[in-house]
Amino acid sequence: MSEQAVIKYIQAPLTAETIKDLHAGDVVRISGYIYTARDAAHKRLYEALGRGEQLPLDLTNNIIYYVGPTPAKPGEVVGSAGPTTSGRMDKYTPTMIEQGMRGMIGKGLRSQEVIDACVKYGAVYFVAVGGAAAVIAQSIKGEEMIAYEDLGPEAIRRYEVKDFPAIVCIDSEGNDFYKVGIAKYSKE
Amino acid sequence: MREINVSEVTAAIAKLCMDSCYYLPEAVKNKIKAAIKTEESPLGREILTTLVENFELAQQKAVPLCQDTGLTVVFLEIGQEVHFVGGDLYTAIHAGVAKGYTDGYLRKSSVGDPVFDRKNSGDNTPAIIHTKIVPGDKVKMIVCPKGCGSENMGALKMLKPADGVEGIKKFVVDTVRAAGPNPCPPVTVGVGIGGNMEQAALLAKYALTRTAGEHNADERYAQLEDELLELVNKTGVGPSGLGGSTTALAVNVEFTHTHIGGLPCAVNLNCHQARRAEAEL
Repeated sequence: MSEQAVIKYIQAPLTAETIKDLHAGDVVRISGYIYTARDAAHKRLYEALGRGEQLPLDLTNNIIYYVGPTPAKPGEVVGSAGPTTSGRMDKYTPTMIEQGMRGMIGKGLRSQEVIDACVKYGAVYFVAVGGAAAVIAQSIKGEEMIAYEDLGPEAIRRYEVKDFPAIVCIDSEGNDFYKVGIAKYSKE
Repeated sequence: MREINVSEVTAAIAKLCMDSCYYLPEAVKNKIKAAIKTEESPLGREILTTLVENFELAQQKAVPLCQDTGLTVVFLEIGQEVHFVGGDLYTAIHAGVAKGYTDGYLRKSSVGDPVFDRKNSGDNTPAIIHTKIVPGDKVKMIVCPKGCGSENMGALKMLKPADGVEGIKKFVVDTVRAAGPNPCPPVTVGVGIGGNMEQAALLAKYALTRTAGEHNADERYAQLEDELLELVNKTGVGPSGLGGSTTALAVNVEFTHTHIGGLPCAVNLNCHQARRAEAEL
């Protein structure tokens, strides 16, 4: 996204090779299939794991997008669909990564536990521009309901995406681009 | 005495819900565009450009600017000469919200019970309604949909008189810095000073209903707004919190009397989409 930045085009689900090649600050375009889940869906997944139940989706190598879209207008694939604040998922995230999840898309700060899990298992946290929901929706080409439909905007959906715009924020080495970026421009 | 049928209120609120979620106020658009010229970070400029692209696309397609179409905050100024007929005013407002969020394809983000069930009400009701009785026979309605990414980063501190203006500055800047990327900067900072605990919080929210670019009428507070904006923009948080010189578009301060022993101060943050729409009946 930055003027000189080289854009990395990557595929989802992720591979270990792709993850290794992603570094904090990299501008990416994601194509393939990603899953949506936010607060209520995370709680249900977490509780299902606690009871030893099988999850309604296989997390292996997958990216979870923290989003609760608006309803699609007639003729549209999805409604507006920008990232929600990721920190609310921190409680559940290390377990999700342990279960095979390898990427997250959201916005906002993550806990040290999440960063540690990214390093331990080789996972990546991407950020998308918060509030750019109409623009981001254009990169979502297909939608399929996967689980927890009763949760409405919080249900788990599978999105087919083409060139979904994001930035690598936390890489598998534990670098956090928020810290780097803010330190660079702080005048305090 | 002037009679107003509450069905008019329902229709007006429904339209305001949709308009505020689709169309960013011109003054906010201009602030974002102006920030592209002054932002120091190249990535920050790119992000601001994406925000312009986003509000233009949302307007063109009449779709929500953001998927978080918020809890619906309604500020009402009711002329004391007005007599509402045809039903209950608050019921009419909630009906307007339900209609606006359903017909307008807006996200329903309201859960009835906050702790145990957290069941979605399905139509974004109830609205959060603040009423003020004023002279006259008009009804002014301001609708501000408020997302939770920014709402969660608000804070309130019961400062002491000895903390003074320096205490206020420190609290405001600390709050914005700690919020970092979470409230979707560049933010508008609403600051409520004085009153008591709940009044300071309400003033901070009310400060966010101001049209972008307006200052407090009291010169000392207008100057405080400028000073706070400069301080906040030194934090380096920047667009999307990825670093830069545009952390806030504006700082709006509202104040009122307080107790001899107190200096309450509340900070309510709004995201870069300082959404609002108003109408008068």
